[in-house]
Amino acid sequence: MYKNPLSFQLKAEDFLPATDEEKQSLIVMRDSVSFWRDSLRRLVKNKVAMVSLFVIVVIMFFSFVVPSFYPYSYEQQQKGAENLRPMTYSQAEQERIANGEKVTPHFLGTDKLGRDYAVRIMVGSRISMTVGLVAAVIILVIGALYGSIAAFFGGWVDIIMMRIVDIIYTIPDVLLIVLISIALKGPLADLSSKAAMGWVGIVGPNLISIFIVFALLYWVGMARIVRSQVLVLRESEYVTAARALGAGNGRIIRKHLLTNCIGTLIVTTTLQIPSSIFTESYLSFLGLGVAAPLPSLGSLASTAINGMNTYPYLLIAPAVLISLIILSFNLFGDGLRDAFDPKLKK
Amino acid sequence: MSEHLVDIRNLRLSFFTPAGEVKALNDVTLHLDEGEVLGIVGESGSGKSVTSYSIMGLTADPGKIVGGTVTFNGHHIESLGEKELRKIRGKEVSIIFQDPMTSLNPVYTIGSQIEESILLHTDKTREEAKERATELLRLVGINEPEKRIRQYPHELSGGMRQRVMIAIALACEPKLLIADEPTTALDVTIQAQILELINELKEKMRMAVILITHDLGIVSSMCDRIAVMYAGRIVECGTTDDIFYRPQHEYTRGLLRSVPNIQDRESKRLIAIEGTPVDLLNPPAGCPFAPRCPSCMKICLREMPPDHHYSEVHTAACWLHEKAEYEQRGGEGD
Amino acid sequence: MAESANLVEVRNLKQYFQVSGKNFFKKDCVKAVDDVSFSIPRGSTLGLVGESGCGKTTTGRTLLRLYEPTAGRIVYDGEVIFDSGDVPLYDEAGNPVTDADGKPVFGKKTRANMLPYRRKMQIVFQDPYASLDPRMTIGEIVGEAIDIHGLASSREERHEKIIRMLERVGLNSEHANRYPHEFSGGQRQRVGIARALAVDPEFIVCDEPISALDVSIQAQVINMLEDLQSEFGLTYLFIAHDLSVVKHISRRIGVMYLGKLVEMGDSYEITFHSCHPYTKSLISAIPIADPETNRHTHRIVLQGDIPSPVNPPSGCRFRTRCPYAEKRCAEEEPAWKEVSPGHFCACHFADSVR
Repeated sequence: MYKNPLSFQLKAEDFLPATDEEKQSLIVMRDSVSFWRDSLRRLVKNKVAMVSLFVIVVIMFFSFVVPSFYPYSYEQQQKGAENLRPMTYSQAEQERIANGEKVTPHFLGTDKLGRDYAVRIMVGSRISMTVGLVAAVIILVIGALYGSIAAFFGGWVDIIMMRIVDIIYTIPDVLLIVLISIALKGPLADLSSKAAMGWVGIVGPNLISIFIVFALLYWVGMARIVRSQVLVLRESEYVTAARALGAGNGRIIRKHLLTNCIGTLIVTTTLQIPSSIFTESYLSFLGLGVAAPLPSLGSLASTAINGMNTYPYLLIAPAVLISLIILSFNLFGDGLRDAFDPKLKK
Repeated sequence: MSEHLVDIRNLRLSFFTPAGEVKALNDVTLHLDEGEVLGIVGESGSGKSVTSYSIMGLTADPGKIVGGTVTFNGHHIESLGEKELRKIRGKEVSIIFQDPMTSLNPVYTIGSQIEESILLHTDKTREEAKERATELLRLVGINEPEKRIRQYPHELSGGMRQRVMIAIALACEPKLLIADEPTTALDVTIQAQILELINELKEKMRMAVILITHDLGIVSSMCDRIAVMYAGRIVECGTTDDIFYRPQHEYTRGLLRSVPNIQDRESKRLIAIEGTPVDLLNPPAGCPFAPRCPSCMKICLREMPPDHHYSEVHTAACWLHEKAEYEQRGGEGD
Repeated sequence: MAESANLVEVRNLKQYFQVSGKNFFKKDCVKAVDDVSFSIPRGSTLGLVGESGCGKTTTGRTLLRLYEPTAGRIVYDGEVIFDSGDVPLYDEAGNPVTDADGKPVFGKKTRANMLPYRRKMQIVFQDPYASLDPRMTIGEIVGEAIDIHGLASSREERHEKIIRMLERVGLNSEHANRYPHEFSGGQRQRVGIARALAVDPEFIVCDEPISALDVSIQAQVINMLEDLQSEFGLTYLFIAHDLSVVKHISRRIGVMYLGKLVEMGDSYEITFHSCHPYTKSLISAIPIADPETNRHTHRIVLQGDIPSPVNPPSGCRFRTRCPYAEKRCAEEEPAWKEVSPGHFCACHFADSVR
């Protein structure tokens, strides 16, 4: 027989049978972690996504909170303070300083009507982001509903609904916006003169037509994505299992299909926001966006182009901000997608 | 002792994942001689595939060999670089996988995939390679090879695709063929065909074969020797008769008792192995099979059992033998 | 209504699928299940065995009307849950019922509402990874069964029922709040069984329940299924491709090939006195875990591949691989004959094959 290379003492008790508790103590179940917590953990570890989130939060703070406390308002025209360079003061303001008054400097100067540019930028980004967010929500609701209905019922319903989507894809969006805004100009002007509808005039027929066109045209991308998701999920064995239990269509859609789609929906919506912001920006840039004096980053950029050589900061500020907003949302959306994708789980 | 074709000694291999170190192989020692058929039996997580891939140096990232040696045909695999390994793979050792659909490239004809292997490792010309490919298809039992050579994988059935895989593996007449669950994805009548083919070819080409599977029936009919793995260790190793008629490890015995035999005249109740497979992130300190073992003793939970040789080729790692010896010696410590 | 001996009866069941053909206009028809008839006595297990493309899984799912049958009649506990209207009626002895003119009488076209039957007829799936919703805890998964059929009148009762089900399959209450991905394959399969049991069924279709499990876990699940059968008096349709397992758990076995039943009988009879060449080669192809037996067994190795179900061979579908095939086999489809009491076979040469 071969020698056992044992180097320690064996005692009689070692050979007693082990009890069940002793055996069980070795079987340790890992901590329970739900899908959301797991994804959150992955997201937090993603440095790029966290930095982007921070930037988004900061920009939102400046857009939505700060203007309410800012000494200047976006439409306040100050005579004598036109076209000021950043951090310079007008005549009148210098006099007031000499008198001992505290005057908030114009961090980004003023525009040609004497309006503080910094606050216009802030309000402008508020408008841009609001439009982006509202548009993204409209697209989410219409697109997700449409896509999931088409995918769930399949057959002729699916075919017809998707051909409609194909047709909608071919409609030129800018043209439709122009047409609708021209058509709506008259009726909306009448509407805004009625009581409590004054905001219609402030928002402007252009912006309203943008929202209408978003609702009519831009949801198709989301519909296609949701449809393909639901098509795949519909064939899952757990859906068959639910059917075998006797679950009706409503329960299956609610409890099984939508819950498993949520990750994709969140990611797609988050990535839709910068796209909507960009669309609004270039429409405003083309003059089809918000009505004066409401600023939007696009319209600010558009106005600033004329004085580009003399007052470059008027163009740089909105351009940089648009890029920053879009980049942050895109990077954060990517981070979300990576966090939700279970295939990356090792 | 003559040189073994494959000589693995004390191999330790771990996967360094974000969740922690997964100890896939924990001190594995085995060897294989020319012309022998070795079966490696185990369940998921046992390390059977990882062991064989390490012979080819195919350990995937983030896996790393952390100890021990792997010697194949005189080469020290664990210390070779990628370039040298590529010369050996496909030429001296080949592998066929479980799922022929995903192992074959769907955009190339099967002919070109066989030729690729030939062209990589030999000096043959394109024409010669094509001839050899046709010859190989005939060898693996595919009829009308001249026509088939231009077909794409999706045009063939599962059994035929597996034959093509075998043809690719044999293109350069390797000394060792590793078959990783070659028939698990196939129907049982096709499985019989493929196993018969592997047997024939092994004789004809004087190859050694490592057959990895979880099916005890297959190893009992194909293999000369069998190694039983559990949680990264070889718990028992011996000739086929040793394993089936004289199993010494409780896991081996448990497996044999839990498989229904179609030749049984009446259905006896299966005796199942209790518990669930071990979590390789947190393996127990002692014998990995201890929590599921019906004869588990206190020492089994603390210490890893040593290998005991019951004969020159039959080994098992279990404390039960030590217990018997201890009692024989009258209960005195060493 | 008198309780019938057979819990489930299937007659002339057909399930054809339309799939896209080679070109735009042609649609191929896959005859996944082609004229299959069998019955399952109360409390027993019928095993259905065959290789890929034979239609056994489709049969199980069609039986539960998870796919709508193309034709045939399904009777559960004496009640017709589906009848396509072109299936002859049979009496107790198995003879076709004829009217005054001697013409066969057909059943009435019926499509019953399946909701009440979903309680009595359940299914356990093959893939323990895919058949559980990854976003639901296993307590919710088992609870869904209870919710759909309103089997609990209060939250406490519901919770208590869920825990009871989990414990019955060898899990415990602390598992109820965990997600499927935290469990091993064998444990997930137990969850699937607990879900099926939660509605208190009488009949369960076991669709390859152990194929995806490790060998050491398979025996656990087989034993559990057997225990549950004796404890609750369940009736099983056990579908698998592994004949050794099917023989172990079933009293009767049906062998399918390319959508047709080729042989059916008592497990012992099928294994040791088979009279169909396909069954014989299937049994012979199974590797036995016994080296001595393997050395002395002559294995019948079939040549060729399984034909595509889109274009099955004419006459007897097995003839392309059958060692006994003759000219007759290509022309005439073999009839379903009783070769000995309870033992049926579809082969022209059944007696000589035996």
